[in-house]
Amino acid sequence: MRALVIDDSRAMRRIVSGTLESFGYETRQAGHGQEALDVLLEGWVPDLCTIDWNMPVMDGLQFVSAVRSNPAWRAVTLMMVTSEGEQSQIVRALAAGAHEYVLKPFTADAIRDKLALLGLLPQEVAL
Amino acid sequence: MTLTATGFDWVRQLVHRESAIVLAPGKEYLVEARLLPIARQMGLPDVGQFVDSVRTRPSPESTRKIVEALTTNETSWFRDGDPFTALTSTVLPSLLADRRPSDPLQIWSAACSSGQEPYTIAMLLEDALPNAASRVAITATDISREMVERTRAGRFSQLEVNRGLPAPMLVRHFSRAGTEWEVAPTLRRMVTASECNLAAPLPRMGPFDVVYLRNVLIYFDLPTKQAILRRVRALMRPDGWLFLGAAETTLGVDDSWERVVIGRSSAYRPLKGA
Repeated sequence: MRALVIDDSRAMRRIVSGTLESFGYETRQAGHGQEALDVLLEGWVPDLCTIDWNMPVMDGLQFVSAVRSNPAWRAVTLMMVTSEGEQSQIVRALAAGAHEYVLKPFTADAIRDKLALLGLLPQEVAL
Repeated sequence: MTLTATGFDWVRQLVHRESAIVLAPGKEYLVEARLLPIARQMGLPDVGQFVDSVRTRPSPESTRKIVEALTTNETSWFRDGDPFTALTSTVLPSLLADRRPSDPLQIWSAACSSGQEPYTIAMLLEDALPNAASRVAITATDISREMVERTRAGRFSQLEVNRGLPAPMLVRHFSRAGTEWEVAPTLRRMVTASECNLAAPLPRMGPFDVVYLRNVLIYFDLPTKQAILRRVRALMRPDGWLFLGAAETTLGVDDSWERVVIGRSSAYRPLKGA
């Protein structure tokens, strides 16, 4: 499975990518929403995007809306991974089309649990 | 100073005596890991010294802390989701067909830890049943006083709500309370929490339509498993449903149960006439 990790913090991209790779994912990274959209437009369409909220150029919410407006990307699962913890922000992200929401700080177990909920955890890891 | 063989043996006997949980030889690491935070809290540098100090001058408070720390409370929302899927897909429709509309539905979360399991059940039933708040009563019990108090409080940290709770359910059933998340009052009213040692005679409760007794039996020896299953059965309706952990079964332990496969999980029902 493929994941695109979108975060303006290189350290955070490394942590999230490392976690997903330990579950068997092939990952790519983007530093903001526009860079991530360019990856999708170039034809590398992932099963999962993990998305930070506050980023330069294009923020996470704008990216979610952009992906959802293109029917060709309907199968892409969008998971916010952010420190934006206000209830109203979570509601906004879900309304825009995000499937899940992980609050920073998080543990690898939190990512694993969410992927299991989404049916995106390879079976051997789920067991 | 690390935990001595004598110290480990004393902890083993204490935990077995108080909870019937068996700490097999080789579990020294578990004792070390679980008791270190308590040792530090008490200003002691390591678990060896902490155990020795309690062993030479035991007090009910310190022995309770040791038992609680070792009776495990690893938990997350929708932990091993299949038994919850089974509740809404099969068990609830069957109960609604067999009961009168005014009959209450009684559910027991028998090792509720910090409350994730009973509140998971409450959320599912509130979403599935229009009159859940008035019809469903969830009894949540745990051996640990601290866990019972946490369940009653219904407040969870950000790290805890991250663990397997779907975001749509978080925003529907919780509200932000400072740095924590608080379960909605309607769900809290459905859940009654109390202390209960499954290895001792059980209080008067039930009769239960559904019992979640997950990841508990694995910690007990065979005679205790048999005694627990017998006592649980006595508190269940004859057509009730029992869910055990994924690695647990009644097979080879107590033959008065019938195993029913529901999707990827199994439930156990009292065998008629057994």
